[in-house]
Amino acid sequence: MLSLRTSRFVLQVLACVAAVAPMAAFAAEPGKAADMQPYVEMISGTDVKFEMLPIPGGEFLMGSPPAEADRKDDEGPQHPVKVDPFWMGKHEVTWNEYDIWSFNLDIKRRELEKKQPTDLDKGADAVTRPTKPYTDMTFGMGQRGFPAICMTQHAAKKYCEWLSAKTGHYYRLPTEAEWEYACRAGTTTKYSFGDDDADLDDYAWHYGNSNEKYQKVGLKKPNPWGLHDIHGNVAEWCLDKYEADFYSKFPLDKPAVFPLCIPNTEYPRVARGGSWDDDPPALRSAARNYSTDEWKQQDPQIPKSVWYMTDALQVGFRVVRPLKTPTVEERKTLQLDAILPSDAREKANRDQ
Amino acid sequence: MDPHPSTSRRDFLKTSSVAAVGAGLAQISLQSSVYASGDDSVKIGLIGAGGRGTGAASQALSVAPNAKLTAVGDIFENAAQAAASNIKGAIGDKASRVTVTPETTFSGFDAYKKVIESGVDLVILATPPGFRPIHFEYAVNAGKHVFMEKPVAVDSVGVRMVLAANEIAKQKKLKVGVGLQRHHQVGYLETIQRLKDGAIGDILALRVYWNGGGVWDPRVSWEKKTSEMEYQIKNWYYYNWLSGDHINEQHIHNLDVGCWVKGKYPVKCNGMGGRQFRTDKKYGEIFDHHYVEYEFDDGTIMYSQCRHIPNCWNSVSEHAHGSKGTVDISGYKIDGAEKWRYRGPNPNPYQVEHDDLHAAIRSGAEYNEGDNGAYSTMTAIMGRDATYSGQVINWDDAMKSEISLMPKVFSFDADPPVKADAEGRYPVPMPGQTKVL
Repeated sequence: MLSLRTSRFVLQVLACVAAVAPMAAFAAEPGKAADMQPYVEMISGTDVKFEMLPIPGGEFLMGSPPAEADRKDDEGPQHPVKVDPFWMGKHEVTWNEYDIWSFNLDIKRRELEKKQPTDLDKGADAVTRPTKPYTDMTFGMGQRGFPAICMTQHAAKKYCEWLSAKTGHYYRLPTEAEWEYACRAGTTTKYSFGDDDADLDDYAWHYGNSNEKYQKVGLKKPNPWGLHDIHGNVAEWCLDKYEADFYSKFPLDKPAVFPLCIPNTEYPRVARGGSWDDDPPALRSAARNYSTDEWKQQDPQIPKSVWYMTDALQVGFRVVRPLKTPTVEERKTLQLDAILPSDAREKANRDQ
Repeated sequence: MDPHPSTSRRDFLKTSSVAAVGAGLAQISLQSSVYASGDDSVKIGLIGAGGRGTGAASQALSVAPNAKLTAVGDIFENAAQAAASNIKGAIGDKASRVTVTPETTFSGFDAYKKVIESGVDLVILATPPGFRPIHFEYAVNAGKHVFMEKPVAVDSVGVRMVLAANEIAKQKKLKVGVGLQRHHQVGYLETIQRLKDGAIGDILALRVYWNGGGVWDPRVSWEKKTSEMEYQIKNWYYYNWLSGDHINEQHIHNLDVGCWVKGKYPVKCNGMGGRQFRTDKKYGEIFDHHYVEYEFDDGTIMYSQCRHIPNCWNSVSEHAHGSKGTVDISGYKIDGAEKWRYRGPNPNPYQVEHDDLHAAIRSGAEYNEGDNGAYSTMTAIMGRDATYSGQVINWDDAMKSEISLMPKVFSFDADPPVKADAEGRYPVPMPGQTKVL
């Protein structure tokens, strides 16, 4: 069991390390509460941008109360969690953004326009990009303005590495705790808009209203903190490995700080929020879902791709940017970057 | 404790259907006389140990009871040697079904003969398509059951070889499976049965697409190549004699579905194509887009697009328009007198195609997909002939063509049929000039 219980003490120690050894690329980031404003990030060298919203730090009760309808055992016990401030994508990452990385669209455009790469471009170019998909990964459901899907959690993490290098701002996947905190946005009800499934159609794409496909991001009402499609549309990768009894490892009388279940195997990993392919109970704020090898079962290759979840048409992701950029040491200790587990080896240039 | 064994509707359906497939197989009686060794295992030899070959072998070993992988062959020694451990890793608790030894691991251009002669019952042919006719003919003559990947050839000469060998296979009652797995995909089977039953009336037109971002990049650079033959085989997708171009290598799936719905193959076609995006010399000689209009004998047109350019309108799908409605075949959706959509189980077709083949081997039931595999391949080749030449191509003329794309001699120091100039650039087909028949 490699899950990590990070105490306040540990984080303070790590923060000291940060003070003496800041990471060069992100050293200029101020990390003050006053900086917590919404902003628009341009992906340089392209005309693609995305919006980031501030999520204030605070404490919340993670999980669902025993009396909540449709609750599963893995959502308890409810326990207090402290979350540091971060920004979160207003929308799920779309193909517009994701394909720049996966298909080298920024590099191709630079070549066409005969432009020299900036220093940030050079850093971004050095991040590994996925092999090309054998087939069309939108599966005919739409590309421009639609959420990117079918990537492994590893690919989502690599995308974050690329995006960090490309923008100079540190981006990563949310932890499961950060995700639920942002989803709840201060609420304690089944959904961030209340307890009534009947209201779900105003806020979410689910099996009953999605016509069996994902939809463009941002068409439904946001949650109280302005996040669209946090329930439904596509489920969203988190950093954590899934463990059904993970919540029982934390004290009930003081908040857990930065809880994260560090993954050591390819499966299962957490994806939250439910999707167009799920019924309402799976879209609840506390509902937990996780990957299995069936998410890749139709990949006809051996070894199977480390980049594509051929059968996970319901899974995408959202990026976060912590106010305080983690140190190299923290990134390593907490495995925030993309590291392949030994059971999911990369095979470069897989053929069809 | 598993709090939610079914994580979504689709997961649930897939999980439940896998169990159903297993149950069906268990009821099939065994015919031990099929097997030379007298025990009840099907001994499999794998020829072509790339990603798809080892994937197919893993699937063949995953469900079929008592299947064993006893031999592996590949042109390249390291691929042949790595195959067994890759497959073992993929099939987990069934790893004991891999009984390949150093003595049954073969490499070189004649590795296929050694695999076929090693005492196997069934061979999986998964090398680049150019080699398929030679391997198929040899396997059939040796009396082996065959699973071969699509496409089954790259030129008319190869298609005719496959058809001739398949006649022998039928006489010998050998089972022949072809990796056009949509024929084993429940949603396709259900949808196409309804079309055959007249759900949208007469089929007036078809539209089929394989538009995507392309496949893997070349693995060996021009500067690092040790021999021209090795360079082209390692980068096989980008050479017509090895892959038949991407219209043949991938789009065959969609063309095959169109012909399946129509119940016949086209009589002629015209088209256009070129190389707009993949212009670098490392991409060999093939086009990156083809547009073809196929015509059937009753005048029905099948419009076909395949493109390997990222960030465009991408679709991998098949559609038909009928006198009484339309159908999204790949989406299993019919919009006719009444709307219908397939919502049942959707087991992994790559697995089912092996389950079905092995079931036939065990029961002795007739099972031969060779002719359809050859004719669907010919449909794709005819489309490529049209885009390369810019001419109208007739099926009968194309079938008779004596132009072989294959090398005269197979060895690493022999000349491949296409050669680069001093800078490493290969001649690219030019419509209006290129001779294809």
